Amino acid sequence: MSTVLATSFIHSGDLIAVLYIIAFSLFIYGLSGLTGPRTAVRGNRIAAVGMGIALLASFLIEGMGNWTLIIIALIIGTIIGIPSARSVKMTAVPQMVALFNGVGGGAVALIAWAEFNDSAGFAGEPLTFVIPSLFAAIVGSVSFWGSNIAFAKLQEILPGHPIGAGRLQQPLNLLLLLIAVGSAVAIASGETATIYILVLLVASALLGLFVVLPIGGADMPVVISLLNAFTGLSAAATGLALNNTALIVAGMIVGASGTILTRLMADAMNRSIPSIIAGGFGGGGGEAGAEGAGEHGGTVRATSAADAAIQMAFARQVVIVPGYGMAVAQAQHAVRELATELEKRNVEVKYAIHPVAGRMPGHMNVLLAEADVPYDQLKEMDEINPEFSRTDVALVIGANDVTNPAANTNSESPIYGMPILNVNESKSVIVLKRSMNPGFAGIENELYFEPMTSMLFGDAKSSVAEITAELTAL
Amino acid sequence: MFITNVAILVLAGFVGYAVISKVPNTLHTPLMSGTNAIHGIVVLGGIIVLGLGEDLSGLDKGLLVVAIIFGTINVVGGFLVTDRMLEMFKSKPAPPKQDDEEQA
Repeated sequence: MSTVLATSFIHSGDLIAVLYIIAFSLFIYGLSGLTGPRTAVRGNRIAAVGMGIALLASFLIEGMGNWTLIIIALIIGTIIGIPSARSVKMTAVPQMVALFNGVGGGAVALIAWAEFNDSAGFAGEPLTFVIPSLFAAIVGSVSFWGSNIAFAKLQEILPGHPIGAGRLQQPLNLLLLLIAVGSAVAIASGETATIYILVLLVASALLGLFVVLPIGGADMPVVISLLNAFTGLSAAATGLALNNTALIVAGMIVGASGTILTRLMADAMNRSIPSIIAGGFGGGGGEAGAEGAGEHGGTVRATSAADAAIQMAFARQVVIVPGYGMAVAQAQHAVRELATELEKRNVEVKYAIHPVAGRMPGHMNVLLAEADVPYDQLKEMDEINPEFSRTDVALVIGANDVTNPAANTNSESPIYGMPILNVNESKSVIVLKRSMNPGFAGIENELYFEPMTSMLFGDAKSSVAEITAELTAL
Repeated sequence: MFITNVAILVLAGFVGYAVISKVPNTLHTPLMSGTNAIHGIVVLGGIIVLGLGEDLSGLDKGLLVVAIIFGTINVVGGFLVTDRMLEMFKSKPAPPKQDDEEQA
């Protein structure tokens, strides 16, 4: 059956092949546009045009049928996709990306499953078709279920802390991987019973669940990026099986870029990808951190919005350090208003952006851009770190682990060696925080116990608004 | 044919690497979202297999319809959400909304 599929592509005319070449050229051109803020919008739209052309080309393939089903499916997908992309809050974008990534992986796995059924268990198919299909089935299934767990954790449907079987986790995951690969080998060597593909899909699904469940929320961006790369690779494998260049090129580009992104993110957190996959960071780290906190206990200094306003009004330079707390509280507009008020008083305001602040690299930039913060006030870590020593007030808004000096000083800390924003070098630090609960990684922050630090407890948005109100009243 | 495809695969990997390694930190989230939309191209796989399948069982048709729905969500949602994100990076001459309802 599928060899029939393959041959019909080859003979269906050069037009389709040319359209595919145009399509993937547009993907590459569009992606290179995404490398700069000025060309990015256009780049994304160019890539979307490429997708349209690729779709059109596949409609032209000779002998296509089942049009009603295809059109209905396309319409349903569009009806679901448009509103969810339109209405999602910018703070919820990471989990939305996880979800979109998951359905992509799910599509790959479903196609492989349908092909297995359709060809009566890949009977008589060449290995060059069977192996990529089985690879796609495993990886697509892992990606689908893993992404759904990532979504559920970020959406706080599931708790963010690691859930797992502890010591048994790794052997269990290994066993599941062996079952999945074992079924694949059985199918490739001629087994045609449906049970094999079902075992393969279920084992891969459980593997996806069990790999992501024990991973702490702090590592989730890295996981989403990795799963994104996985889905890309599985799409490329589907392309190999279907002899479709558009799928091969587009899938592989995503596979390569996702891998790089994953490594960049892991580097920024001073974590290795294998140790993230091994999981348990959030939980195990919390215990170690809690012990350290005992020594400092009770020296936290609370402050009021009025005091914070006075401190900042008479500062020369204020550096705002946003984190996930700002995102959750939707405080970006309030922060922007505070900055405007400070600038009226000739206070220089800058924003210190840690590469992994929030839930994804660039997360803070997206939010602050939404609030019309000028692009040139956003400073990356290497640029802002030397400036803290001549900063009067560092205003930390819901950022935790990325400001923890233990990363520089305490070799016992699970985040030791992670590059951080050196806010503790500034003359005074004001931390806006909901409570003394440790951050997403579950580690106590030594910064809060330093003498120059004062804490303003409460919802980030209302705290910022209060400070602004006090400022205008001064 | 298979070997040619593997060659394309390997070259595409290098192209992806070369294009992406230049992206600044600030654009990582939109980039992840944008590449995420591109792998939605699997929707083509679903369309082709369903379109060319002559004796598909009801189950297989169902699986492929769901695959196309999933792929379409991936493509449409992915590009739209990326577009929304990137619109915010466009430099605006004057901040239009300073005193909106959030003042309170």
